[in-house]
Amino acid sequence: MKERIAAIEPSAVWADAGDGMFRVPVSSFRNLAERLRNEEGFDFLRSLTGVDWGEEGLGCVYHLENTSTGENIVLGTSDPDRENASLPSVHDLWKAAGLNEREAYDFFGIKFIGHPDLRRLYLRDDWKGYPLRKDYDESLNPLNMENEEANDESPSYVMTKDGSYILKRHPLFEDQEYVINIGPQHPATHGVLRFRVSLEGEIIKKLDVHCGYIHRGIEKLCESMTYPQTLGFTDRLDYLGAMQNRHALCMCIEKALGLEVSERVQYIRTIMDELQRIDSHLLFIACLSQDMGALEVFFLGFRDREKVLDILEQTTGGRLIQTYNRIGGVQADIHPGFVKKVKEFISYMRPKLQEYHDIFTDNVIVRQRLTGTGILSREDAVSFGTTGGTGRASGWACDVRKRHPYAMYGKVDFKEIVLENGDCFDRYMVRVKEIEESMKIIEQLIDNIPEGEFLTRTKPVIKLPEGSWYSAVEGSRGEFGVYIESRGDKSPYRMKFRSTGLPLVSCIETISKEAKIADLIAIGGTLDYVVPDIDR
Amino acid sequence: MSNYIKGLFHGIGTLLTGMKVTWKEYFTKKITEQYPENRATLKMNERFCGELTMPHDENGDNRCIACGLCQMACPNGSIRITSEMVEDPETGKKKKRLVKYEYDLGSCMFCHLCVNACPHDAIRFSTSFEHAVFTRSKLVKTLNRQ
Amino acid sequence: MFDFGIWTSWIHTQLTSLMPEGLAIFLECVAVGICLLLLYVVIAIIMIYMERKVCAAFQCRLGPMRVGPWGSIQVICDVFKMLTKEIITIRHSDKFLYNLAPYLVILASVLAFACIPVSRGLEILDFNVGVMFFMAASSIGVVGILLAGWSSNNKFSLIGAMRSGAQMISYELSIGISILTVIVLTDTMQFSEIVMRQADGWFIFKGHIPAVIAFIIYLIAGNAEVNRGPFDLPEAESELTAGYHTEYSGMHFGLFYVAEFVNLFIVSSIAATIFLGGWMPLHIPGLDGFNAVMDAIPGFIWFFAKAFFVVWLLMWIKWTFPRLRIDQILTLEWKYLVPIGLANLLLMVIVVVFKLHF
Repeated sequence: MKERIAAIEPSAVWADAGDGMFRVPVSSFRNLAERLRNEEGFDFLRSLTGVDWGEEGLGCVYHLENTSTGENIVLGTSDPDRENASLPSVHDLWKAAGLNEREAYDFFGIKFIGHPDLRRLYLRDDWKGYPLRKDYDESLNPLNMENEEANDESPSYVMTKDGSYILKRHPLFEDQEYVINIGPQHPATHGVLRFRVSLEGEIIKKLDVHCGYIHRGIEKLCESMTYPQTLGFTDRLDYLGAMQNRHALCMCIEKALGLEVSERVQYIRTIMDELQRIDSHLLFIACLSQDMGALEVFFLGFRDREKVLDILEQTTGGRLIQTYNRIGGVQADIHPGFVKKVKEFISYMRPKLQEYHDIFTDNVIVRQRLTGTGILSREDAVSFGTTGGTGRASGWACDVRKRHPYAMYGKVDFKEIVLENGDCFDRYMVRVKEIEESMKIIEQLIDNIPEGEFLTRTKPVIKLPEGSWYSAVEGSRGEFGVYIESRGDKSPYRMKFRSTGLPLVSCIETISKEAKIADLIAIGGTLDYVVPDIDR
Repeated sequence: MSNYIKGLFHGIGTLLTGMKVTWKEYFTKKITEQYPENRATLKMNERFCGELTMPHDENGDNRCIACGLCQMACPNGSIRITSEMVEDPETGKKKKRLVKYEYDLGSCMFCHLCVNACPHDAIRFSTSFEHAVFTRSKLVKTLNRQ
Repeated sequence: MFDFGIWTSWIHTQLTSLMPEGLAIFLECVAVGICLLLLYVVIAIIMIYMERKVCAAFQCRLGPMRVGPWGSIQVICDVFKMLTKEIITIRHSDKFLYNLAPYLVILASVLAFACIPVSRGLEILDFNVGVMFFMAASSIGVVGILLAGWSSNNKFSLIGAMRSGAQMISYELSIGISILTVIVLTDTMQFSEIVMRQADGWFIFKGHIPAVIAFIIYLIAGNAEVNRGPFDLPEAESELTAGYHTEYSGMHFGLFYVAEFVNLFIVSSIAATIFLGGWMPLHIPGLDGFNAVMDAIPGFIWFFAKAFFVVWLLMWIKWTFPRLRIDQILTLEWKYLVPIGLANLLLMVIVVVFKLHF
């Protein structure tokens, strides 16, 4: 790999600390990115992380993957000019960069030249300064009780011939357009997400996503916390994938520490992840049906989900926020009644799934409404990085459990559900079938949990060596990744969570154009995003 | 035309299958928990973490040595320990003694770090869950008995 | 079967002996009006309670349990709550139309409600084109809904109102066709006459196949007509928050709400009247003892039992199916219900002409 990069761009330097990355000077970055995308086939931008490297300036770390060969590469680039940091935009190479670059602009003030819509993504438009910069002054932004002015223009920086750039502004919507607000308080946005939708009759012409209504600055908070303290936040990102999120962070820290966890822990973590997945997918079915007006299924889903929550609560002491995984193991050993309860649940759940099929899947109204609406092509899915059920419904085998097996996933036998059409119905079916696969995984593991320590003791103060690490798990709705950059302290220098929901939200505009409002609700329901995970 | 008729009957068939499920559910046992009424029979899982408590033995003593590790481990600053130095009358050594252990339930996020940090198992989570109060100041609780 | 006409004519004679006829009729009208409105409110309360209990039972829940035994006083308390709530006025709304709209809806509902023959001699509006009048009166409701959506100055409301307009006007057609099918069988348009002709068998039995098809079409179209799931697009809460009545509060909202539930009752009771024999008891030819027992049950109990059975049927449908999309609703109406309804009408004509009915 190193030779290939050197052949394309000799100025790229390999930095070895941690997972390692190629540091590319900003002038040759765009060229390298283009060639990686077009010639080397790195078509999946896993994660884009803005970083404040102090003296070296502000920059970004790009995690790329080649979906056909499975190769991974990490690029880093930075602009030393802190006042006017600018990087070339790669939104045209990977659509996933669209919103991610807006996030980096929002937090670091990096201007992405050529990005068509460089508004702030999370913070208010009148926010002063860029909060994730290390020299950010908190006193600039006292509690603001004023209403935010609606900003209807999207700025973009365009390169001119002499190397400088100018700011251009485009209106988002024309005056005559019939624009309605869906959210932030709306029953079908699954949280405080806001869409502005331009309609023609019932048909959607344009859609604009507003995030940040429950942005809590978790990444910024993490920078002042010790590593064990950062664990608490992961449960509060995607609250339907609390186990998996925490698993990802623990894995990343353990990787950085070089800590081996016992086999027992790996078994427990895998089982818990799958229970969480069943929980999340049941809630998905429930919420989708509620969005479509079938309240019956909503209650059936919640009733069955309650059984999973009971199992989780028995062992972890929490229902939604479990706080179970720890660095080096888990918080407590499994409850003596755990194995029995899990088996009971699986034998209860199998026939119940048929009930969902009877009342919902096979229903002619459901079929009519879901089949053929909101089609996401495989190409778009990869480009947007919509992993998880959404990607797999579009025919992209993107399961992290298969791509980069972790915990026990390399050793259990399960099928990765991949469907072809990429419409709402396939997105629904992927998740229903995944419940069955999850139960299969659990069945293979539950009887063979080996004896052993449930926790490997660590030093009381955990310090990571210098370097950067990225690890990912298959969360309930896609790849959940954690990027840690450490300077050897007891708290991270930069910690970034790859949101599973942000790519899902970024693709909404593409797939809901020319659909009806009712379809938008179905699309939102089947994409299955969770807002706290988008906003972080 | 035959598609039209086939589709019609298939559609009606699926609708009837759906109605069969609801018909069955109409007569199954209801799952509503009638919460305040069922207090007597309601049993929490023993590991459920409702709030932080400091168990006291029959003499009214707790095991806290006021080391402050839990206070340091807490990400939200929910724990505040007031301690004093007292002289042990027998040995004459100075020793830290707990005066007040304040715990703010309102900002606790149940991350277990304090319990994990405690070297003497002086604190643990209890299963009580009825936390509703009228003012936030009532959520700040003093855990040690004075 | 007991004839309430004896009572009403006795009251009339008593009154006319005391005062001039004009005044007596005026007093009777006032009394009837008050009774009608009272019945309207009582039905609304029963319907709302029933909806909450039935939907809870379908969803494995218990429903309201706290206020009164089995939550029976809950709805009455809710009505009082609704009455005491502030009626909000919206900036930039068309005040006059905004305030008028709920009354138009309730007017249509009350007029249609008055057409229902509850028992023998208890018809309020009963003349020879009663069916025609009923259909005309119930269609006024859509005007109120359109006005509500338009005058609220809210885009969601407007979309809801437009959906409602398209939907209600379309489905009126199917209702008309299915009622027409029965009228072909009865050759009368007077509700009391329609009921009387079912003394020897309900129309759903007499008219066999075409009557059953007409009954099903009527149920679907009637469900759509009152904007209830799976046809609740105008107020699809997951899309339009509350559709045309998003901006209404207090009793103005209450009027929409009550009208919706009573409309459901009206649709069901009309179904009961023209298909299930209205207040006519169930008779099985040959079983005289059974028939005598059935006759002993008063007519209005028969009527309410049948009407609430149909209501329950519609609730069952509502709480099972997901909502349709606007184009699918129109497809269902224009590509399925209307052609089938027309063919069914033809079939009924053939049945009647060749005397194939019972």
